[in-house]
Amino acid sequence: MTSNTARRSLVAAGPGELRRRAVDRVMTGLVWGAGSTGSAVLLLILGHIAWHGLPALNLAFFTQRPLPYGEPGGGVAPAILGTLTMLAVAAAISIPLGLGTAIYLSEFSHGSFGRIVRFTTDLLGGLPSIVIGVFIWALLVRHVVGRYSGLAGAVALAIIMLPIITRTVEEILKLVPDSLREASLALGVPRWRTILGVVLPTARAGVITGVVLSLARAGGETAPLLLTALGNQFFNLNLFGPTASLPVQIYNYAVAPYDDWHTKAWGSALVLVLVIGCLSLITRLATRRNRS
Amino acid sequence: MQIYRLSGRRPRKRIGSLGDRQFEVATTALAVGSIAILGAIIVLLLAYAWPAVTRYGLSFLTTTTWDPVFERFGAAHFTYGTLVTSTVALCLAMPVAVGAALFVAEYAPAWLREPVSFTTELLAVIPSIIYGLWGFMVLGPLMRGTIEPLLKGTIGQLPLVGLLFSGPAVGRDIFTGGVILAIMILPTIMATSREVFRAVPDTQREGMLALGATKWEMVRHAVLPYARGGLIGAAGLGLARALGETMAVTMVIGNSSSAITGSLLTPGYTMASAIANQFTEADKPIYFSAIVEVALVLLLVATLVNLLSRLLVWRYVGSVGADVRGG
Repeated sequence: MTSNTARRSLVAAGPGELRRRAVDRVMTGLVWGAGSTGSAVLLLILGHIAWHGLPALNLAFFTQRPLPYGEPGGGVAPAILGTLTMLAVAAAISIPLGLGTAIYLSEFSHGSFGRIVRFTTDLLGGLPSIVIGVFIWALLVRHVVGRYSGLAGAVALAIIMLPIITRTVEEILKLVPDSLREASLALGVPRWRTILGVVLPTARAGVITGVVLSLARAGGETAPLLLTALGNQFFNLNLFGPTASLPVQIYNYAVAPYDDWHTKAWGSALVLVLVIGCLSLITRLATRRNRS
Repeated sequence: MQIYRLSGRRPRKRIGSLGDRQFEVATTALAVGSIAILGAIIVLLLAYAWPAVTRYGLSFLTTTTWDPVFERFGAAHFTYGTLVTSTVALCLAMPVAVGAALFVAEYAPAWLREPVSFTTELLAVIPSIIYGLWGFMVLGPLMRGTIEPLLKGTIGQLPLVGLLFSGPAVGRDIFTGGVILAIMILPTIMATSREVFRAVPDTQREGMLALGATKWEMVRHAVLPYARGGLIGAAGLGLARALGETMAVTMVIGNSSSAITGSLLTPGYTMASAIANQFTEADKPIYFSAIVEVALVLLLVATLVNLLSRLLVWRYVGSVGADVRGG
């Protein structure tokens, strides 16, 4: 009998019970809504980019320089070239620095100095990129070099890439099993050769992932390049002169009042999103497989 | 050593140890180099900003006159814009991001978790300039034509709160800046909150469910209270990103120093967008110095927010992804 009453109170809902269930339903609905918001917004933005950007893409878009308003045709080749050059120089600066720091952190650091390095790297990674832009602008553009230059842009990008490379590579190096290091050391191989010949090659995929991730990040940066490399309508391989880049080109095209330039801005955006999206997708899939 | 001597053989010089020492010194030098960059950024920005710091003192942050011709610089317009856009962004993004994190951590069927996490986090990969372009071409006109008139007609009619949505709908204003920022910080807050929710022990959930709680009651009384500190940290990480965001905001906020009316529907500046708009005009040394000081203030605020939020999140999950920078 008692168990029956208990049973009834669970099954047949009183007014309070109905309210609880209603609240639960509503909240479930809201949570589902919130969960789908991110994906919906992503699809919306990507859809707009593809819709407006596809008509802009043709051969001239990738091979010619931007033309003044009114002349039909023209493309963003100098911007693509400039982005690639600056990324290459930035990689040449940040990869040795980042790799060395990561090796120090994972192989040599014990104690407080390692913690300080890690902490500073995180702070550097959290700096707004415009602050890094202003730093390079004040230092190189206004003082040392004295003008807007691709070199200044590359240095700014290198500072942006550095913390990403350092922290990714450090995490990967830590995943290399100690037994590998011990086996190599037991064979009489000195420590530095163990690190360069055994530890790094084992972590090769992860190291490449870190570098690609940082390139994808730096490739989309606009504000620091606007302040340092400024932009250029012509082909320019001189690192000491103003250099075009894809993101800055998008900005210049977008804020201009011409429809043709707007289409080109969408086209450049499509190219940028495709490249960066693919790079990030590949690295994400790679790291995901490593973890599991 | 002793053993070698006794056996009569001279100890062979160990080549490896010399290389080891050099290698360790080299990597340490590189590590010191990484630290030196942050030091150089702070010291040099301070040095370049010093003329403005000494000349204007605290009035730099409290006055609104930004007049290069008469060399009077007060950045209150910019700090106000940064503060308000970031607040709007947090208010809009926080409920959605926490909801999405709850969805992934508690509600979603297993097969849906990865895709939802993944696509939401892809929002963080899209460069700032793309948001700027989209905001400039699509969101701005949409805000002017549809959303802002709607808000003026509803919330704008209420007493007090209505002040936020008064004045003409221009589309390129502080509110639009806040909306675009909200989209950009959504993935940051969502990913961090999700990790915090995952760190909530299952015993908490089971205990609540065993008491007969509905799923929402379980979330409301067991998961959310446990995760509170981490959620505040997640919001802080989003805030740190919003503070420094440049291009997207620059393209939608209207960039004008109109009077501070309290309405969100007025064009404005943020610290970052002011820098991006004015650096080419800095012809006088004191103008240059004032712009560097804006960057220095931005650096200090963003770093402080970043640090505090990391401390909050660290208690729940081991570490925070390095990628929380605003662009």
